[in-house]
Amino acid sequence: MLSEQVQAKIEHELKKYPADQKQSAVMAALRFVQDEKGWISSDDMADVAIYLGMPKMAVYEVATFYHMYKLQPMGQHTLTVCTNLSCQLMGSNETLDYIKSKLGIGLNEVTADGKFGLREAECMGACIDAPLMTVNNRRLCARLTPEKIDRILTKLSAGGELASGEENVR
Amino acid sequence: MINIEIDGRKVEVENGLTVMDAAHHVGLHIPHFCYHKKLSIAASCRMCLVQVEKAPKPLPACATPVVEGMRIHTNSDYAVTAQKSVMEFLLINHPLDCPICDQGGECELQDVAMGYGGMTSRFNEAKHVVAGKPMGALISAEEMSRCIHCTRCVRFGQEIAGVMEIGMAFRGEHSAIMTFVQNTVDSELSGNMIDLCPVGALTSKPFRYKARSWELSRRRSVSPHDGLCSNLAIHTKADRVVRVLPLENEAINECWISDRDRFSYEGLNAADRLTRPMLKQGGEWVEVEWQTALEYVANALRQVKTSAGAEQIGALATGGSTLEEQYLLQKLLRGLGSDNVDFRLRQSDFSADGKQAGAPWLGMAVADLDRADRFLVVGSFLRKDHPLLAARVRQAVKKGAQFNLLHAAADDLLLKVANRAIVAPSEFGNMLAQVLAALTESKQAALSDDVKAVVARATLEGIGNDARAIAASLAGGERVAVLLGNFAQQHPQAAQLQRLAQEVAALTGAKFGFLGEAANSVGAYLANAVPGANGLNAAAMLAQPRKAYILLNVEAELDCANPQQALAALGAADLVVALSSYKHGATEYADVLLPITPFTETSGTYVNTEGRAQSFKGAVKPLGESRPAWKVLRVLGNLLEQEGFGYENSESVRDEVLAGDLAERLNNRLSGLTVSAAATSAGLQRVADVPIYSTDSIVRRANSLQKTHDAATPMVSLNGAELAKLGLKSGDAVTVSQGQGRATLIAQCDDGLPQGVARVAAGHAATAALGAMFGTITVERA
Repeated sequence: MLSEQVQAKIEHELKKYPADQKQSAVMAALRFVQDEKGWISSDDMADVAIYLGMPKMAVYEVATFYHMYKLQPMGQHTLTVCTNLSCQLMGSNETLDYIKSKLGIGLNEVTADGKFGLREAECMGACIDAPLMTVNNRRLCARLTPEKIDRILTKLSAGGELASGEENVR
Repeated sequence: MINIEIDGRKVEVENGLTVMDAAHHVGLHIPHFCYHKKLSIAASCRMCLVQVEKAPKPLPACATPVVEGMRIHTNSDYAVTAQKSVMEFLLINHPLDCPICDQGGECELQDVAMGYGGMTSRFNEAKHVVAGKPMGALISAEEMSRCIHCTRCVRFGQEIAGVMEIGMAFRGEHSAIMTFVQNTVDSELSGNMIDLCPVGALTSKPFRYKARSWELSRRRSVSPHDGLCSNLAIHTKADRVVRVLPLENEAINECWISDRDRFSYEGLNAADRLTRPMLKQGGEWVEVEWQTALEYVANALRQVKTSAGAEQIGALATGGSTLEEQYLLQKLLRGLGSDNVDFRLRQSDFSADGKQAGAPWLGMAVADLDRADRFLVVGSFLRKDHPLLAARVRQAVKKGAQFNLLHAAADDLLLKVANRAIVAPSEFGNMLAQVLAALTESKQAALSDDVKAVVARATLEGIGNDARAIAASLAGGERVAVLLGNFAQQHPQAAQLQRLAQEVAALTGAKFGFLGEAANSVGAYLANAVPGANGLNAAAMLAQPRKAYILLNVEAELDCANPQQALAALGAADLVVALSSYKHGATEYADVLLPITPFTETSGTYVNTEGRAQSFKGAVKPLGESRPAWKVLRVLGNLLEQEGFGYENSESVRDEVLAGDLAERLNNRLSGLTVSAAATSAGLQRVADVPIYSTDSIVRRANSLQKTHDAATPMVSLNGAELAKLGLKSGDAVTVSQGQGRATLIAQCDDGLPQGVARVAAGHAATAALGAMFGTITVERA
C-alpha cells in the first residue's frame, strides 16, 4: 500500500494532467516512493500501477529505464560517482578508489551500517567541475579531492545534511 | 490519391499510407522485423531503411508516410548499404546458435540474414547474454539472448490481447523482454506472440524440439473449439499432429488464433484415446471387432424399438461435432422413428423451439463487429468464451465504440466497458425490460404486444440508472449490435431474454445475434440435429429417462447442463452407445464404446456463428482402429437397412445438408412468445461459466493448456457481503451442494459478483457432481 503522504503527493501531481492520462504521473509517483523508502520494490511498483490504473509491466519499464530509480536498498546516503570521460581525465578513478577504501565497499554495495551506498553514473553535465558525484541524487559535489570527500563523509556520518550548493564550489 | 514512384514504377496510392504499405501495394518486399500489419508502428529495428530522393538520410519505410511526388528506391545501392549495415548491427549480439534453435528454418532473422548479412562478422568482442525468463506453460523464453528487441510481442499484448503482460525493461544494451517479476503470461491469445517473434526468443513450449519446419506437412483445417471456427494450418510429422498455427483469414480470425485453438492438439493423442471398439460383457469391457460392435448396436437398437418403442431412443451430440456427423445422427434416429435428437446439451430453456424463424446465428458477419459503434452483450464471459471475437470487439472499442454489458459477473474483459449492469441471473429479464422501458421513454417507439406487459411493469417499478445509461448509449449509435452470449443461451429464461433483446435491437435499429457456443452451433440447426414437434430436447431426454441413448462425442458429466440428472438417466438406461474419441466417464454407464476420430482425422464441415460453411479434410490417418463418426453412422444406417445412407464421401453428406441458399435458413426472429415476469428465487443462485480450457473433450486433455492459470481448479466465488453472511473468508474450504450432489471447493471473494450469487464453474471434474448450471446452490463451511 502506498502511504497517505505519497498518495497525497501523487494526487497533487495528477492535477497537472488530463483525468484520462493518469499514467503521466508515473515518474513523479516513483520518485515519491523512493524519497520515502529509499528505494523502489516491485511491490511498490505494483501499488503505483494500481493507483494510476496502468499495467504493472509499464511501471516496471519506467522504473528500470532510469538510472536514478534505485531498485534495491542503497543505504541512507547514496553516493553516485561519475565515471565518464571528462571526470575520468580529472581523476574520477582515484576518487572512486578513495571512496571505496574509505567506506570499505565496492560499487553497488552498501556499508554494513546501512549508511552509505556507492554507485557510478554517466555524465552529470557539469564537466567543468569534474570529478563529480551526487549525494542522494539531490546534491552535486564538485572538484572532488580526498579532503573534500572526508569532509562530506564526516558530515553525513554525523547525521548532517548537505545544504544546497555546499561542496559544489570551485 | 497521390502519385509516387517506387523503384522506377509510377503508382497512384492512397494518401496517408506509409512507404511500406505502398510497396506492398505494388508487390515489393522490403525487409523488416518490427513492422507488422496488425500492430502499431515501432520503427525500432531499422531493417526497412529505404532511399527517398531529396531526403538527407535513409528513412524507415514502415514509419514514413508517402507524399506527392515522392521517389523511393527500396533496392538501390544506397538503400541496400543501409539495410546491410543494420543487419550487421542486429547480428552483433545475436548468438550463432541456429543449429540448436527451435526457430531455425522458419526464422525471419535467418532469412533476411541470408540476403543482407555478411559472410563473416567483424565483431570480435563478447556478445551480451540475457537470462531466460519463465513465462508459463505455453511460451518458452529460455534463450532471450536471441531477442532483437522488435517489441512485436509487447505491442501484441497491449494492442490485440488488451493486456500488457510483457514489456521491455531496462535500457540500451541492457534492454530485455520480460514479464513483471517473473509472472506468467496468462492471456488467452498469448500463443500469437510466438508466431510474431521474428527470431527464436519466444518459442512454443509444447512444440520445442519436436520437429524442424521442413519435416512438417501442412494441412488446412478449422478449429472446433468455439463458434468462430478459426482457420488452422495443422502441421504433422509421421502421421501425428505436432503443431497448429493460424491460417490467415481476414473475415474470420485475421492472422490470429486463440491458445485453445493452438495448443489443444496435445489432447488429440491423449493416453485415454479410444482406439478399438469395446463392448461391456458381464460387467467387463472387452475389445471387439468393428463388425461385432456395429451389429451389436444395430440389434440392440432394433430390440429397444420393438420392445419399448422408437421414442424410447434418444441421441445427444456435442455442438463441436461436424455437420456431417450431426446430420447422419439425426437421420439415423429419425429413420428408427424417434424424434429425440439434440445438441444443445448445456441449454436449459427450449421454449423458443418451434417459434424461431430459422437457425440462430450471429446476425451479422464477424467482420461487422469491427465496425459496430455500440454493443449490448447479454450474458457472456466474452473473453474466455470467444477469445477472438472479444479481440474484434476490443478493436471496435478502441476506435470509439461503446460496450455495454448485462451479465452476472464483472470479469475483466480487457476493454473499456461503457456501462455494465451486473445482476443475478434471475434479474436479467427485468434488466432488459428496464432498458426497453428507458428506450420507449426516449424514443416514443411502439412496443410489440409480446413484451408490453413486462415493460409496463418495469416502468412502474422504476428504471435503474444502469438501464438508463445502457439505453442512452444504444440509442446514440448508428451501427448497434445486440448479442446474446453463451450464458444467456444457457439461461433458464433464454427464450424470454432472446425476445426482449430482439425488441431492444428493434428499437435501436440494431443487428441482433447469438455468439455461437460451439463450432457447429449454427450447423447443427441446418443439419436438423434438433428435436421436431414430437421429439424430446436435450434436457427433456434426460429428465424423462429413455431406454436407449446414442452419445456422439458427449462426456455427460462435463458437457451437460445438469450432470447429476444426465448420469442418473444414462446409468438407468438399458443401452448406451457412446461414439467417442476417448475412454472417459462413459465406461461407467455405456454398453458399447465406438472409437471415432477427432476433427484432425476426419473430413467434415463446420458452419460457424456467422453462417459460413467451412469444410476440411483429415490432417492425419485415424489412430488405431478409430473411424470418422460419419462413416460409423453410415454403416449403422446400412445395418439398420435405412434408406439414403449410401454416401460415398462426407462431401455428399454436406451437399445434401447445405443444398439451397444457406443465408435464407439463418434467422434469429422469435415470435409468438409472450414475455412474462421472471419468477424470483430464494437463496444463493449459481452462476456457472464453462472455463476456457474445459469446453470440450480435446481441450480437457491438452496438457499444457491444463497447466495454465485459466485451467486452475474452479473455486466458489462470492462477493464480500455474501461471504461475511456465511461466516467465510477467502481461502476457506467449503462444501457446495446442489440437489444430491456436493463438491468441496475453496471459497474466494469476488466483489464483481452481485448479491445472492455463487459462481461455481461447470464442465470441470471438480464440480461434475453438482446439478444444473443455474438454480439454487448451498455453500457452507466444509
